[in-house]
Amino acid sequence: MKEIKIVVKDLNLFYGDKQALKKITMDIPDKRVTAFIGPSGCGKSTFLRVINRMNDLIDHVKIDGEIYIDGVNIYDKSLDIVNLRKNVGMVFQKSNLFPKTVYENIVYGPRINGIKDKKVLDEIVERTLNQAAIWEEVKDRLNENALSLSGGQQQRLCIARALAVEPEIILMDEPASALDPLSTAKIEELIHDLKKQYTIVIVTHNMQQAARVSDQTAFFYLGELIEYDRTTTIFTNPSKKQTEDYVTGRFG
Amino acid sequence: MELKKRKTDIAGFLSLGIVRLTFFFLVLILLLLLGKIFIEGINVISLEFLIDEPRNNMSEGGIGPAIFGTVAVTLLMVLFAVPLGVFSAIYLNEYATDTFFTRIIRTSINNLAGVPSIVFGLFGLGFFILFIGKGLDDVLQTGLLFGQPALLWASATLAVLVLPIVIVSTLEALNSVPKSHRDASYGLGATKWQTIKNVVLPQARPGILTGTILAISRGAGETAPILFLGAAFFLPNLPVADLCIGDYCIPMINPTEQFMYLAYHIFIMATQSANPTKTLPIQYGSTLVLIVLTFLLNITAIIFRYRFRKLLGRL
Repeated sequence: MKEIKIVVKDLNLFYGDKQALKKITMDIPDKRVTAFIGPSGCGKSTFLRVINRMNDLIDHVKIDGEIYIDGVNIYDKSLDIVNLRKNVGMVFQKSNLFPKTVYENIVYGPRINGIKDKKVLDEIVERTLNQAAIWEEVKDRLNENALSLSGGQQQRLCIARALAVEPEIILMDEPASALDPLSTAKIEELIHDLKKQYTIVIVTHNMQQAARVSDQTAFFYLGELIEYDRTTTIFTNPSKKQTEDYVTGRFG
Repeated sequence: MELKKRKTDIAGFLSLGIVRLTFFFLVLILLLLLGKIFIEGINVISLEFLIDEPRNNMSEGGIGPAIFGTVAVTLLMVLFAVPLGVFSAIYLNEYATDTFFTRIIRTSINNLAGVPSIVFGLFGLGFFILFIGKGLDDVLQTGLLFGQPALLWASATLAVLVLPIVIVSTLEALNSVPKSHRDASYGLGATKWQTIKNVVLPQARPGILTGTILAISRGAGETAPILFLGAAFFLPNLPVADLCIGDYCIPMINPTEQFMYLAYHIFIMATQSANPTKTLPIQYGSTLVLIVLTFLLNITAIIFRYRFRKLLGRL
């Protein structure tokens, strides 16, 4: 195993009275792809949002337990949440580009971090669009409205935008669920390239996708982490009955 | 299979007829109203009419000071009402949680829109002139400068009158910004205020301008609230004073003076002048000018809104 990036210890999460996550404990390794799978409502997306504290934005959410990123407890009261979110980027299920130009979308993050130099911003745009494998497609359309791009291009642009603030961890919440197979393939290829530099956590409904892109897979069911192992083990030789039923398509 | 012949849908036929009839009736009323004003008013309109002051008991001359006063008051009103309304809406929509207190505020805003406008006039007299104005005079030792009816207080009172319009349309505009865009901004490490400033407000701008347009239309046409607040019967001098920085002077609206107001002027000519029949053509002319003026002020805001929408790629 590689170095551990994220450590989760006894994490419980409540929406009001309802417990959505139960005693989650897991280690997520650095510069690898970790996939969360499980049926709808199993808590996998909720758990993903705990890692960059996006759940803070929802009322009545209560969390106990500990999450450490590089040894720092991210639920420590003195922690700067804004800084945390700069280091833990997020790509959402549906493209949520701003109704601005391609260029303005990418530089949004760097700008709010205080980068004003046009040359630096230009470099960031070219670098991240290259990283997201979309530079060739949009280099002549930087000043067009980002919403005029195709769905697949928009999602890759979202990834480029997330990369622009130079995070170390990228959380992806079903990033390809609204895309056609070709665009999905491109996103998966991209994930494969990105893991050289970033720690990636991806939630997916698509088990083939989890099998293709991830190094280890966690199976969630009803708010519990049922099984967490190497992806090959989960898909070929799971130790729990529930996992086997799910990955073979018998329920879920 | 036996396919039936179509029956005549009497109810559908009738209801469509009624809906069409009411529609044409409404358009007809509007056309009659505007047509009458246009035909009767267009004859008196001339450059002199637009610039000159009223003469000979208002039966001759123009309405220049009233046009100037209306524009000045409306612009100042927008200057007060829009920032205040927008910031209130931002607070209510983005920061305030749903408590008993904020629910009272929301209800109050809606009720404020239903208060008769004469009440706002009395409020303006009591609060702005007698309380704030007099208070300012006492504190600043300015004698009787602020504590009397003036353009400033008329604008402020009209601003309060149109505040609910601005707040409600801004609230709607803020509410319509998708949560996913806010999430994207937070996810990139933006603070709440950065998110509001860079993502939410730019998208809400067309809605805010819609509120401004409605506010202008309402404010420019009001008569009752400004009765006690500085609208003058006859005041040929424009409420203007030179603002000097060093040797360089530019004429500016003087907010401490009284003013003439188109809507009030029409009212005065119709009810208070020595010979209402003689002033009738001027009344029509003034009404036409008031309508066109409101329209022009609106057009400006509509052009801005069009540009913002284009910027957002919604056109």
